[in-house]
Amino acid sequence: MSTSPAELSVQGLRVEFSTRSGRVARALDGADLVVRAGEVVALVGESGSGKTTLARSLVGLTRPAAGEVRWEGKPMDRSRRGLKALRRHVQLVLQDPAGALNPRHTVYESVAEGLRIHKLVSGSGRTEAELVAEALASAGLRPPESLFLRYPHELSGGQRQRVLIAGALALNPRLLIADEPVSSLDASIRGEILALLLKLRQELGLGVLVVTHDLGLAWNIADRIAVMYLGRVVESGPTEEVLTSPQHPYTQALLSVVPEMERLEPVVLRGEIPDPTRIPSGCRFHPRCPALASGEADDVADACRGTALPILSGEPEGHRCACHLVAARVSTGSTGDRQSTGDRQSTGDRQSTGDGHSNGDGHSNGDGRPTDQVVT
Amino acid sequence: MSESSLLAIRDLHVTYATGDGPLSAVRGVDLTVERGQIVGVAGESGCGKSTLASTILRLQPANATVTGRVLFDGDDVLTMRWGALRAVRWAGASIVFQGALHSLNPVQRVGDQIAEPIRVHQPALGERATTSRIAELLEQVGLDPARARSYPHQLSGGQKQRVMIAMALACDPQLVVADEPTTALDVMVQAQVLDVLSALVRERGVGMMMISHDLSVLADLCDRITVMYAGRVVEEGPAAEVFADALHPYSGALSAAFPRVGDPDARFSPAGLPGDPPDPRHLTQGCSFAPRCPRAADVCLPAEPELATYAEGRAAACVRIGQPDAQEAAS
Repeated sequence: MSTSPAELSVQGLRVEFSTRSGRVARALDGADLVVRAGEVVALVGESGSGKTTLARSLVGLTRPAAGEVRWEGKPMDRSRRGLKALRRHVQLVLQDPAGALNPRHTVYESVAEGLRIHKLVSGSGRTEAELVAEALASAGLRPPESLFLRYPHELSGGQRQRVLIAGALALNPRLLIADEPVSSLDASIRGEILALLLKLRQELGLGVLVVTHDLGLAWNIADRIAVMYLGRVVESGPTEEVLTSPQHPYTQALLSVVPEMERLEPVVLRGEIPDPTRIPSGCRFHPRCPALASGEADDVADACRGTALPILSGEPEGHRCACHLVAARVSTGSTGDRQSTGDRQSTGDRQSTGDGHSNGDGHSNGDGRPTDQVVT
Repeated sequence: MSESSLLAIRDLHVTYATGDGPLSAVRGVDLTVERGQIVGVAGESGCGKSTLASTILRLQPANATVTGRVLFDGDDVLTMRWGALRAVRWAGASIVFQGALHSLNPVQRVGDQIAEPIRVHQPALGERATTSRIAELLEQVGLDPARARSYPHQLSGGQKQRVMIAMALACDPQLVVADEPTTALDVMVQAQVLDVLSALVRERGVGMMMISHDLSVLADLCDRITVMYAGRVVEEGPAAEVFADALHPYSGALSAAFPRVGDPDARFSPAGLPGDPPDPRHLTQGCSFAPRCPRAADVCLPAEPELATYAEGRAAACVRIGQPDAQEAAS
């Protein structure tokens, strides 16, 4: 495995779709994110927040209107050959394993397809069957040979998901992007698949971006978390920080409706994410913001309604949040009693791995980009 | 007690005749739902929970053999005459089926779809009264009454699910059976839909049976939970207790699958349950959960454990409850 920083990053990514009515839907409106090999990052948000569009943009499946995707520090090469090379290293595992597998392909064919496309067998000194068997075994399907000739309909939901993951692993990727990897699976299988993702991180040094609406999943496996709302990351940071002391009213609301969170008063937001053809002015969350509605944010209400917030930098260090209310509080020091990131025991370890990769990158605000609020 | 209950299922067995021989989907289930109560039924795919739901309104497919009793307000649904059954369906009890997002007619306005059961069951109600009833129902589930003119594709998943609930409520049923009503929805919409359902029970005193594989959702909403495995009830008790302190190892595994955000033990250690549920055509002797059970021992093998009471209002079918584990005893 090479030592170059296997890092996928997006900066200010904007993806637009034109709708039939002629308006432009901005599915991504300045999204920033970094994922590195060896870490698990959760991208969370409601349906319509743009999280799947962001995941697809990372492997070049959508063309951005602005901003860029960088792989190993270089802008994404959008030529046919460039994308093919990128997709060997960055594999997308699609939502809904029942629909993503070709029903007329055996397990063997599904897993071998990638090996054939990327012509990986000839240079490896191994047979195709050996590579397929190895990929199935890494995905926890043992004995692998017994599954070679099975069709998707003969497999359980958990097995299908493992076959999809095996198809990705066959290419020896550096990063895996998993879109809702467990949402269609039974409770008992869910933990098994999540444990597999953690094991791949540990044994193969794989980086994993999990796209999900499930905060419990993020708490289970993610080192870092990025919360998206209407095409933009509104809060990000180490999972323990963000989920135990969420700053953004949106994150707070999401967390409060997770079942069995009895320590929080549930804040059920009304309605759904607004139409991305009409992104609200000011803070994009303001029409649904419980802090604004309750009067808690009265002091900054004008800013909430009229002043756009800067895009959060994708740099993973620290806990960040795009909210006028939080910014006002930080500047008056009213939340200054919280611990800083480094003091937290269990995230501390993972943090240091991340720091190792980014050595000397300098501070995220040093490049003339708008300053975002560093919560800690 | 069962005579006055809204729904009392007694010793229900459902067996499907299949090409590979008989398949026992439900094997001796007892379940009671009182008025104003929400009862949760938990279990994974294939445990028989959806078969149980369809049997309540005698909607099981033709290849099913059903024995036992399903008493709705004291009358047995399984033996009642066609006319009486018709009266129970929709007006007495209604089901919000799983995959509701695809069960709306794509070429009919949702208002007309909601009106259908009303027109059938209350033909005397005029067009104007029906229209205002639809508006009332949509408002009840938190939708703008103007949505009645929308087609399903113009609605989001959460909105379609609300339309399905509005339909289920159209004839003022006393019992609502909701099969995985929030599975395809994300957290915020799930919370909105669950709010609608619990308000119904609170304000109108209907009884509700809610089916899900997510024990954390059931624990939040239900009064009692029944956990099913391989067609049998393996645990029954007050919702919060079953979730927080399961007696049966299977219920324990289900509740651990959804971690409490903030619980340090769940960080980087997702809890899963190895193996797959048994094939109902080839059940092994003894406890059907034993092959996957972390606590299985020799005592589990001779016979399938009976549901037994362990504490006030709490029952489970496991012979290992209260017995020490070999490893625990050793350490």
